[in-house]
Amino acid sequence: MLPLELKDVCFGVNGKVIIDRVSVEIGAGPRTIILGPNGAGKSVLMRLCHGLLRPTGGAIVWRGNGGTGRPRRQAMVFQRPVMLRRSALANIVYGLKLAGVARTERELRARDVLDVVGLTDKSQQAARVLSGGEQQKLALARAWALGPEVLFLDEPTANLDPGATRELEAIVAAIRATGTKIIMTTHNLGQARRLGDEILFLNQGRLVERAPVDQFFRQPASAEAAAFIRGELPWS
Amino acid sequence: MMNDLGRAFAEAFGLVARLDPQLLDIVALSLKVSLTAVVLAALVGLPLGAVLAVERFRGRQAVVVLLNALMGLPPVVVGLLVYLLLSRAGPLGSLGILFTPAAMIVAQAILVTPIVAALSRQVLEDAWREYEEQLRSLGARRMTAAITLLWDTRFSLVTIVLAGFGRAAAEVGAVMIVGGNIDGVTRVMTTTIALETSKGDLPLALGLGVILVGLVIMLNAAASLIREAALRRYG
Repeated sequence: MLPLELKDVCFGVNGKVIIDRVSVEIGAGPRTIILGPNGAGKSVLMRLCHGLLRPTGGAIVWRGNGGTGRPRRQAMVFQRPVMLRRSALANIVYGLKLAGVARTERELRARDVLDVVGLTDKSQQAARVLSGGEQQKLALARAWALGPEVLFLDEPTANLDPGATRELEAIVAAIRATGTKIIMTTHNLGQARRLGDEILFLNQGRLVERAPVDQFFRQPASAEAAAFIRGELPWS
Repeated sequence: MMNDLGRAFAEAFGLVARLDPQLLDIVALSLKVSLTAVVLAALVGLPLGAVLAVERFRGRQAVVVLLNALMGLPPVVVGLLVYLLLSRAGPLGSLGILFTPAAMIVAQAILVTPIVAALSRQVLEDAWREYEEQLRSLGARRMTAAITLLWDTRFSLVTIVLAGFGRAAAEVGAVMIVGGNIDGVTRVMTTTIALETSKGDLPLALGLGVILVGLVIMLNAAASLIREAALRRYG
């Protein structure tokens, strides 16, 4: 379904511009990090790409998908995991059911991914009483079970402690190793370096700069990005 | 006067304690009518609440306001409307169910449906606000989402349905009008209390009053126990 092409994408609410004419092509392969200060529109841009929001201008095209519609083989993990009031296992099975996976295969796949994220011993526990880190791992497992070609991660570790963050990053690396395209927003510069291959730098709704990670941090092309790296822009 | 009251209470507890058959019949009919009415109200009200929670359509706000207003529907007015519908000259007169338990069930179901729908709409809409992005991300259509929400809020919904049952079991106006308070046929706890009090037979009225209040307390206790247990178990 990749590449994903954004053509002059705009998004506004009540006359307030949140995303301002963003044009970019995101291809398979490199892990893409959407970086930017508070209110830059990172999460909104990601929701537009994922299809949760409809652009008010421009177009979003999955070129490898024949160009129309919202391809199914994508998943998203949110900053705050939303778990259903059922067991950890049942949460994953639920996602697989919606994805149209055959009944007999659902539980096998769910147990597989639970094993990979290290939650096998919690599979029968109610998902909503797990710790924040466990819930986020479960959210990753639920997304991963779908076998997505593209996985969107919206500040997935923003609410986690350093230990849980490390574990989550390891899982993301494992998902990436299976060939899944990672597109992630983060406000954590260290995480951007660790998990990213390329940076899309967003400020005030505009795509200011796109660069490979090491180049972005070593030699940002724009004054805004330089100020952001120095910690001179408000960010969260 | 105090003596009368004391004697009446003593006799009332006697009736309850020895499971007086007349009293048991009345309680049984009450439960049958109100439980059936609440099941019907839940079958209509819960899906209605779910649709209102997840769908956006023109006039939705008006429907929500109307439902909220209908929660306070006076039972006697419902009774009157159902009476007009079911009376021999009414549009549904041919059914011939006026002054039967069936008519009482219809009246109470109409009374309780807006309560179940309006309260569940509120609960489901709050849940939808939390779940919407995640469910849409997983590819859930609106109908699937509505069903998921109903299941995920099931413990709160049980409380709402129990509140609806309390309302049905405790109302007197609607069942009085459409049931006619016929001895041994359509006489329920509330109508018997009203009648026996006016006749001066306080023990039976009081005995039923005690049972009714006990029932309401038990229902509320059950509702809060269910919620608490669910919260501990499922978060």
